[in-house]
Amino acid sequence: MTTSSSETAPEIRHRAQDLALGIGRFVAVTALTFLGLLAITFFIGRVVPIDPVVAVVGDRASQEVYEATRQALGLDRPLAVQFLIYVRDVLSGDFGTSLTTGRPVIEDLARFFPATVEMATAGILIGVLLGVPMGVIAAARAGSWLDQLIRVLGLLGYSVPAFWMGLVGLAVFYAGLGWVAGPGRIDIFYDGLVPPVTGLLTVDAIIAGDWAILGNAISHLVLPASILGFFSLAYIARMTRSFMLDQLSQEFVTTARVKGVSERAVIWKHAFYPIRVQLVTVIGLSYAVLLEGSVMVEIVFSWPGIGNYLTTALLRADMAAVLGATILIGTVFIVINRLSDLLYRVFDPRSR
Amino acid sequence: MTMHDWLTDDAPASRFQASAGQAWAITRAFGRNPLAVLGAVIIGALVFVSIFAPWLAPYSPVGQNLGARLLPPSSEYWLGTDELGRDIYSRILYGARITLLIVVMVALISAPLGLIIGAVAGYFGGWVDRTLMALTDVFLSLPKLIMALAFVAALGAGLQNAIIAIAVTAWPAYARIARAETLTFRNAEFIAAVRLQGASHLRVIAVHVVPLCLSSTIIRVTLDMAGIILTAAGLGFLGLGAQPPLPEWGAMISRGRSFILDQWWVATMPGFAIIIVSLGFCFLGDGLRDVLDPKQRDGR
Repeated sequence: MTTSSSETAPEIRHRAQDLALGIGRFVAVTALTFLGLLAITFFIGRVVPIDPVVAVVGDRASQEVYEATRQALGLDRPLAVQFLIYVRDVLSGDFGTSLTTGRPVIEDLARFFPATVEMATAGILIGVLLGVPMGVIAAARAGSWLDQLIRVLGLLGYSVPAFWMGLVGLAVFYAGLGWVAGPGRIDIFYDGLVPPVTGLLTVDAIIAGDWAILGNAISHLVLPASILGFFSLAYIARMTRSFMLDQLSQEFVTTARVKGVSERAVIWKHAFYPIRVQLVTVIGLSYAVLLEGSVMVEIVFSWPGIGNYLTTALLRADMAAVLGATILIGTVFIVINRLSDLLYRVFDPRSR
Repeated sequence: MTMHDWLTDDAPASRFQASAGQAWAITRAFGRNPLAVLGAVIIGALVFVSIFAPWLAPYSPVGQNLGARLLPPSSEYWLGTDELGRDIYSRILYGARITLLIVVMVALISAPLGLIIGAVAGYFGGWVDRTLMALTDVFLSLPKLIMALAFVAALGAGLQNAIIAIAVTAWPAYARIARAETLTFRNAEFIAAVRLQGASHLRVIAVHVVPLCLSSTIIRVTLDMAGIILTAAGLGFLGLGAQPPLPEWGAMISRGRSFILDQWWVATMPGFAIIIVSLGFCFLGDGLRDVLDPKQRDGR
C-alpha cells in the first residue's frame, strides 16, 4: 500500500490510527478466542468429571498421590482462582503429565506433532493441486457433465467417513494391488536411520540424502495423504467454482471477451487473478479442518501423530494428554483461522 | 374453480388458502429438482426402515450364530455375516434407528439453543449481542470433532453422551444464522407495532422473531446432518458412541477393521449405509435451500 503525496498529514495520522485500532482489535479477539478454548478445556477437565483428581491421576493412584494432586490442582480454592492458575500453567507450557507415557504432555506433543503436520501438509498439497483446477474447469463449463461430476465428487467429500475410506483404501491399494506401503510411517528396518532434524521424515531423508528411505516414506505417506486431500479437494473445488462463477459474470470479463482475448486468458488472467486472496483464505481454513480430520485417518493407518496420541489417551482416560492435544489442535486451528481473516483484510480493500 | 386455480390464485381469500398455495408452489419447485427428490426418498426410506426394522430384518440384530461366522454375501445373508455370525443386513436395518435417533436428538437440542441465542442477540443488540456473539465465535473457531472427543472423554463413552457432545459443538452456526435473520427485520414496522400493542420482549421473540428465522435454520440443520452423522459414526468407530451389542454403523466398521483384508464385507457394508444416508441429507438440504431461500443459490 503506497501513500500518495497528495495526502495531508492528518489523513496519514488518521490512517495510522485506524491501523493501530485494527491491530489492537485483532490481537484482542485472538486472545479472547484462545482464552475461550482454555475455558472449555478447563471446564471439561475440572467441572465435568465427578472427581477431577481421579481424572488426572487415574483410579489406581495411592492415597498420597491423590492428596498431593488435589493440593497441586488447588481444588480447595474458588473456581475462578483455579482457572487463573490453569491459564498460567498452560501459558508456561505445563500441560501436566501423561498417564500413558509417564512423560510431560508437552514433550509428547512435540514428539508426535511433526508426523501429523507432514501428513496434513501432503494432504493439502494434493487438495490444492487438484481442487483449484477442478473448480476452475467446473465454473468454465458450468452445467456440463464435467461440472456435474465434480459436484458429485464434492458432495461425496461431505458424505464418506474418512476412517472407512482409509480401510477400503488399505484393502484395495495395499493388500489388493500392492501399489503403496501399509500402515505406519516407514518400514520397520528403516526406522530411526535418518537423524531427526525437522521431524518430517520426508524432509529429513532429503537432508540426509537417503533416497531409499525417502521413497519408502513417500510410499507410506501417499495413501493417507490422498484420502485427506480428497476431503479438502471437495471443499476447495466447490469454493473455487463459486468464486469463478461470480467473476465470469462480471462486465470486465465480457469486455475482455469482446476485445477478442482468448478464452484461456480470460479464465486464468482476468477471472482467476482477482480470486486468489479469497482462495488463500479457503485453503487456510481447509488446512485447519484437515489437521483435525487427520485424527480419524491416523488411527486407521497407525500413523504416530497427534490423532493417535489423542485417541490412545482417550481410551485410557488420560485426561491431561487428551486436553493437551485438544489445546494444541485448537490453538493451531485458531491461529490459522485468524491469519486467514487477517490476510483477507489486508489484501482485499473491499473488506475494510 | 378447480383445485389448481384455487391453489395458484393471486388473491387468496383466506389465510388458509394463502398457506396452502405457498405449500403447493414450494412442493412444485421441489419436485422439479431430481436430486432433491432423491434426497427426500432416501430420508423417507431411513424413517421407514427405522420404524419397521423388526418386520423388514430377516434375522435378529444381536442374535449370535457361531456356525455362520464371517460368511460372504449370499442369497441367505444378503450382506454377509460378522465375526459372531450376525446378519449384517439386519444389523444395518436396526442401525438406522440409532442414526435417526442421534440426528433427531442433536437437531432438537442444538437448533433451538442456537435459534434462541441468535434471536436474543439480534433483537436486543448492544452488549447482549456482543457478549453472545463473542461466545458463539469462540465456539465456531474451535475444532468440532476434537471438542466432541474431549467432551465424551470427560462425560464417559455412550450414545447419550455422544449426542450431548455433538449438540454442544453444533449450535453456534444456528446462532449466527438466526442473528443475521433477526437483524434484517428487528427495526421493521410490524415489530414496532407489536411492541406498541404491549407485547413483552419474550413474546415478540418467541412469537414473531423465531418463526421468521425457522426456514434458514432448518436448511442449515439439514445441510449439517451429513457432518453430524459422520461425527457420530467417528465416535462409534473409536468406541466412544453407542456400545455393543448395539448395531451402530460406525462401531460395526470398527469391528470389521480386523477382517478388512480377508472378509472385506464386514467393514465395508455399514460404510455404504452411512454414505447413502449422508448423501441423502446433502441432496435434501441443497434442494430445500434452492426452494426456500433462492438468494443463497450457488453457494455450494
